Amino acid sequence: MLSREETEALRLSLEVASRSVLWSLPLAVLVAWVLTRTRFPGRTLFDAFVHLPLVLPPVAIGYVLLVLFGTRGPIGKWLLETFGIELAFTKNGAALATAVMTFPLMVRAIRIALENVDRGLEAAARTLGAGPLDRFATITLPLMAPGILAGAVTAFSAGLGEFGAVITFVSNIPGETRTLPLALYTAIQSPNGDALAARLAVLSFALGLTGLLVAEVFARRVRGWLGR
Amino acid sequence: MLSVALRKSRDGFALDVAFEAPTPGVVALFGRSGCGKSTTIDLIAGLLKPDEGHVRLGNATLFDTRAGAHVAAEKRRIGYVFQNSRLFPHFSVASNLRYGQKRARGADERIGFDEVVELLGLTTLLARRPHQLSGGERQRVALGRALLSQPRLLLLDEPLASLDVARREEVLPYFEALRDRLSIPMVYVSHQFDEVLRLATHVVLLDAGKVVAQGSPGEVSLRPELRAIVGPEAVGAVLDGTIDSVDEARRLAQLRLGKGTLRISARDVHVGASVRVQLLARDIILAIEPPHALSVRNAIEGVVDEITPDDDDAALVRVDIGGAFVLSRVTPAAVDALALRRGSVVWVLIKAVSMRGHTFTAPARSPMI
Repeated sequence: MLSREETEALRLSLEVASRSVLWSLPLAVLVAWVLTRTRFPGRTLFDAFVHLPLVLPPVAIGYVLLVLFGTRGPIGKWLLETFGIELAFTKNGAALATAVMTFPLMVRAIRIALENVDRGLEAAARTLGAGPLDRFATITLPLMAPGILAGAVTAFSAGLGEFGAVITFVSNIPGETRTLPLALYTAIQSPNGDALAARLAVLSFALGLTGLLVAEVFARRVRGWLGR
Repeated sequence: MLSVALRKSRDGFALDVAFEAPTPGVVALFGRSGCGKSTTIDLIAGLLKPDEGHVRLGNATLFDTRAGAHVAAEKRRIGYVFQNSRLFPHFSVASNLRYGQKRARGADERIGFDEVVELLGLTTLLARRPHQLSGGERQRVALGRALLSQPRLLLLDEPLASLDVARREEVLPYFEALRDRLSIPMVYVSHQFDEVLRLATHVVLLDAGKVVAQGSPGEVSLRPELRAIVGPEAVGAVLDGTIDSVDEARRLAQLRLGKGTLRISARDVHVGASVRVQLLARDIILAIEPPHALSVRNAIEGVVDEITPDDDDAALVRVDIGGAFVLSRVTPAAVDALALRRGSVVWVLIKAVSMRGHTFTAPARSPMI
């Protein structure tokens, strides 16, 4: 049904989006927790910084990543020399760019979930002998689960289509960084690519819609499970 | 002994509360909404940090600013039953019950799972989720959960306030059973005096963040500060006595109070039972001659001890009936007509059916605390 080229782009997109969600999820929970539960000077600035990818041109984000994480950038060089990890022009680099772009979406969803957790339940757990980590693991985290899932699925769906930051940071290499939107872009640019472009566009639509539906079904399940 | 002295200022409200009460027993914190009752028990639990003061239970110091002691709330072993139960929605009833029990390992288990389930009638609820429970059932589960955490003190924050009258009657007997069968000291917050009457062994009256009176329910029932809170209609002496004899046929029981006896409507009482009654001042009639040919079952001779103006159209007469006092609310005109003054001999007429009696077993003494 799908050509080799299409399958490869689809597989790459799924892989890049999965990796980006897996890496950024724990950090997103932490950042959401810091933004909701702590007060420190510069919190507003930090909040704005986290949301920056929503308002900046993706190309600018890609450029910043290239400067920082390129093989000669301060972080990229260190990663390469210390761990042998190369991000520029690789699949993992694509996942990083996607993670940065979808991070605010994830933080937002998790933050709303955390704000809705009844702190009285945490206080109750406290009187029952649960320390801070225990309370977080047994009360706060499970009650945030619907928001975390929704955030993860939204970020995953959005990540499947990340274009600007990815192409700037890791270029458009077939089999390595040519994800679905990049393949679509390439098809549009090539003289005989109309049919391929149409097929890839339909595929993107289908994926996005599935992602959103899955998120909704998940959220409903969990709400029912919590008796709300 | 539970010894509490706490100061806390926040959001323009200053709390300054100190009381001592024997343990085990039920200390009732009574007062209007917003008088600082809930803040007080949050401070005792350690959920709020006092500015200054101490919380001591027996030999254990849980908090003391002078000694620099501050035991974290999760390490205090103080059970807390919240007004809105706060059951964990993602756990079953059984898992809710076991939450505190699991974390109390190491403390010697004084009450077990099966015992709590039996005491609170939870057998049929264990597999359910909190959202499938009625309000009364929820509070019973919350109580069981707190008990299973093996607390050395149990705090109850208006646990019945969110329930209607029928549900309250369903839950109250469990609290009474708890008081009489377990020796866990309790602090019970309420703004319903009838709950206090049924449960408390020591009453602390709060108003605007300060203790205005404290003592046994009998002592506090005579205090004018209580009148200011409950209103003139609900004022009445609280008396503790034991049942002398029971007349099953006529459904009357004799209650010994100091020197006198009182005939009350019998309701599942047995000889020797401790019974606490409240004689509402508005239900009590005074006579200056021994009455005859009246339906009233109780006529007790006494001496007027004090007459105080109650509100615009009534006076409150305190009568010494031999070791105990009763209050009667009469019109100033009646005071004049009967020429009542301190030292007058009167007959106190009490309808047997007008009394609210509650059996009350003194809490078991335990060497624990």
